[in-house]
Order: sequence, then structure tokens, then C-alpha cells
Amino acid sequence: MNAGPATTARYDLERVRGDFPILTELVHGRPVAYLDNAASAQKPRAVLDAVERIHCTGYSNIHRAVHQFAQRATDAYEGARRRMAAFVGADSHEEIVFVRGATEALNLVASCLGRHVLREGDEVLLTGMEHHSNIVPWQMACEFVGARVVAAPVTDRGELDLDGFRELLSDRTRIVSVVHVSNTLGTVNPVAEIARMARERGAFVCVDGAQAAPHRPIRVRELGCDFYAVSGHKMYGPSGIGVLWGRRRLLEAIPPYQGGGDMIRSVRFSGTTYADPPAKFEAGTPHITGPAGLAAAADYLEALGFDAVAAHEEDLRALAERRLLQIPGVRILGTAPGKAAVVSFVVEGVHPHDLGTVLDHEGVAVRAGHHCTQPLMERFGVPATTRASFGLYNTREEVDRLAAGVRTAISVFRG
Amino acid sequence: MNFSGGFADLYREVILDHSRSPRNFGRLEGANREADGFNPLCGDRLKLLLRVEEGTVRQASFVGDGCAISTASASLLTEALRGLGETEALELSDRFRRMAAGEIEPDEAELGKLNALVGVRDYPMRVKCATLAWHALRAALERSGEVAQTE
Repeated sequence: MNAGPATTARYDLERVRGDFPILTELVHGRPVAYLDNAASAQKPRAVLDAVERIHCTGYSNIHRAVHQFAQRATDAYEGARRRMAAFVGADSHEEIVFVRGATEALNLVASCLGRHVLREGDEVLLTGMEHHSNIVPWQMACEFVGARVVAAPVTDRGELDLDGFRELLSDRTRIVSVVHVSNTLGTVNPVAEIARMARERGAFVCVDGAQAAPHRPIRVRELGCDFYAVSGHKMYGPSGIGVLWGRRRLLEAIPPYQGGGDMIRSVRFSGTTYADPPAKFEAGTPHITGPAGLAAAADYLEALGFDAVAAHEEDLRALAERRLLQIPGVRILGTAPGKAAVVSFVVEGVHPHDLGTVLDHEGVAVRAGHHCTQPLMERFGVPATTRASFGLYNTREEVDRLAAGVRTAISVFRG
Repeated sequence: MNFSGGFADLYREVILDHSRSPRNFGRLEGANREADGFNPLCGDRLKLLLRVEEGTVRQASFVGDGCAISTASASLLTEALRGLGETEALELSDRFRRMAAGEIEPDEAELGKLNALVGVRDYPMRVKCATLAWHALRAALERSGEVAQTE
């Protein structure tokens, strides 16, 4: 099988791979082909160094003491906030709340915006392709006040059914929360159009951007949404850190999330006044070193350039779909035009978990399961899929190893 | 075929045979005990049906859709159960689950054909596939009608 040119990347792929120490690891005696980037991406040296630098040169708690280490740690933390404001296209760093990841960001919005606006009989409109993290927090918020969650239908190609969405949008719709890029199908949703329709109806708009941030520039103002959630670990940053962007006036209006130190102006037993955003939403000692690592990941991505990253990943996605569809019995779920570099598929006669184990033995790391999108699995009538998701460091040779592994699994299990 | 990948110890011939042609697959006529097994990690579901008479499992069957390991394990379970008293069946279930989890060493004489599943001990992420039917067995014998979960 001829893979064609080793790379079509507009950057030096070998040099880029050299930036990621883990990519030289062997798995079952073979070089790892890490195709599980949608679950979590590997970290370049620059990210690891940024985190270590704080531990080695200026670690302390932030926003508290007057000593030099506290100053250095605070500078790194707040500098990263400004960096991430630029990364998502925010008007101000005060619109950037550091959270554990997209899950915490979505929980924060569901809890705080939910308490602010949701009343009995109201509806929160989602799509049928949401990750559990953009379903369950809304169910919890709705249950509390007697509101309900409704989900717009998904087409056979894995696109949002915009007519179906429009029909469900009503005067009862108080909040619309949608995924920007589907983690299971790779579908890129027309967020700007969704936001425009929702806002015409007076609904607030929240976007789960966990899968978008590693692949495309985020411009929250152009999207026209009210909140945008980002996970650090999926965009080559550290795990346990992420960003919630929110419109300033909304962050001011909604109640705080958790209570504790750093989120207050003054505390008396007779009553407490809260700090201004973003501190209002950052109770307690945060992930002190995470933001610096996340900022380094943003630097890394933008230095390579999103156009170049997207072009490289698109080449791998197209090659992977060609190679897989050459294999009898392979069906790809999610065939929306312009989708991201996520290839979810099922193989007749081979269960995704067995395929995952065989591929692991070939050194190929993929995800097998429901990808935390059980309603979507039900929509497509499968209990699980195998998912290969590509990152900026993957190669065409790795795509060929994936296809070869699928053929091996078929020969084992179909007998 | 020769598995160059080294997973032959997990996918032994007996496992592949039982996953391709599961025994006692279907709804058992005259079943008087049943339980559903559900693995929330992967979404696999199966239903185990038993015909128990005078404290003895006369016959067992299963339906469901799962991976090669969970299918083969359920198939082997239905064969191993026949003729066992309820207490013996529960004891076997416990010992199998502890063996699969690596808590006790496999006893080849006792396990018989179930020995084919010992390879799962080296695959911690697949242990729940092997034990799904056995969770359902306990539920069927102890509190028929509930969904047994591996979690």
C-alpha cells in the first residue's frame, strides 16, 4: 500500500513530532500511533517547560502574599488570562474564567445562568449530538426549577437539522447550548447561525468548544454567543485547566458558582459581597501552573498556524476515510461536509472494543465506546463505535497502520 | 492465523469460536429466572435467562450484543451452569469474577473450559467484558428482574 508523500504538512512534520517527547514511546514494541486526540492530545515540550518553569522559579499561591514568589506565580497566572483572552477573541481578559475544563465550564453556566434565568416551564434547547457534559448539567439545572431539556434532531449525515432546530426554538426557549465540533462525528455546527436564530428569540447561547479549540481559531464575538467553553488538555495544554469565556455583563449578572477564598470582596456573618468577575467564579486555590501551560499551548498552535494545522489534519482525515472505506463491511458515522479530523466507524462482525484491543497491540491508539454521547449512539442505532481522531503531529503512515490493523481484526474475528 | 500482535493469549481459539457461534443464544423456553447485565463503560447489554428446577439450573441462555470477550464468556457460562445447584452456581460466579480480576489464581480443574478466559487477567480494561454475564447471573439468582451493572 502506497501512502503517497510522507507529508503534505505546511510545517516540518518531523520537527513538530520532535517537539512531543511522548511520540518516541513504544507500545507493544511498536512506535505509538496516537489517534485518540479527541479524547486528549499530547503535550509539546514548550507546554511541559512552561509548567515546570513555575515550579522551579516562582511557585506560590496566587493573589495573596506580598512576597516575590507569589508575585511571579500571579504574573504567570494573570498573563495567561490575557493570552487566552486573545486566543478566543475576547474583548477583555476579565471575560476569561479559569476552570478545570469544558465540563466545569458548562456546569458553571448551567448552574449560574440557570439560576439566573430558568423558571418553571422554560426550555433549554440542545442538539442530539451533545457530549454528556452538555446534557447532564442542563438536566440538573432544569430539574431544580421545573424547566426541561429538548434536543434538536440530527440528520443521517450527522448534521444538525436546522429546520428541526428552528421548530423547537420557541418563546419558552431560554437557553440554547450547542457543541461547536462534535467529538463523535467531527461535525462542525453553524454556531454563528444558531446563535443568531437563538438571540432573535431572546435566548442565551452557550457553546461547547472543547473539540474546536485545537483545530480552528475561536472568535467569540463573531460567533455571537454568550458563553464559550474550552478544555486545555484537548488543545495540547495541561489537563485540569480550561477556559470559560462569558460576556462581561452576563458574568456580572449571574450568581457565583462556588464560594470560598478569592471570590469575595468582604465577608461578614451578616452577609458577603462578591468580587468582580472573573475572580467571582474562581473560589479557592486554582490550578496555579495550568494557565501558563495552556498559554504555551496557545502560542504553539498559533505559531504553527491554524490554516496549516487544519490542512494537515484534513489530509489525514480524507486519507483515513478512503483507506477505511476500501475495507468491506466498514461504515463511517458522520459524513457532514467540512467535518473535523474525527473518523468514527463500525466494522461488521467486529466489536469496537475488540478492534481497540487489536489496534493497541499494533501500537495504534484509538477510542472505542460511546464517546460520552449515548443519545447520539442511539440515534444511529449502534451501542458503540471506534473513533480515530487526528492531531497536528499525526502522519500518513499512521493512517495506513490504522487501516492495516482493521484488516487484521477482521481476519481474526470474522474467522 | 498467526497473531503477530501477541493478543493470542486473550483471543484464544475457544473464545473466537464461542464469539462467532455463541451457544445457547436466544430466549430460553420455560425460563423462570432472568436478569439484564449492563456495562456502562461500553454500552454492552445482555439478558441472561435460566430455568431453575428444585434448586438446580437445568438450562441457561442469553441474548444481547457485545464484544468477543463478553459474548464468549456468556456462551461459556451457559454451558458451565447446566446441572449446577443454585449455591454452586453463585460460588462459581464469585470465583470466576475474582479470578478474572486477578484476586485469586485460576484453578484449571475447577474452571474447565472457562480457563480460556484467564488471558483477560492481563487486560484490566477488558475484565468487565468477561464478567458482565457473571454479574447478570448473580442478579438472576438473587434478585431476578434487576439490571446488574459492572460498575
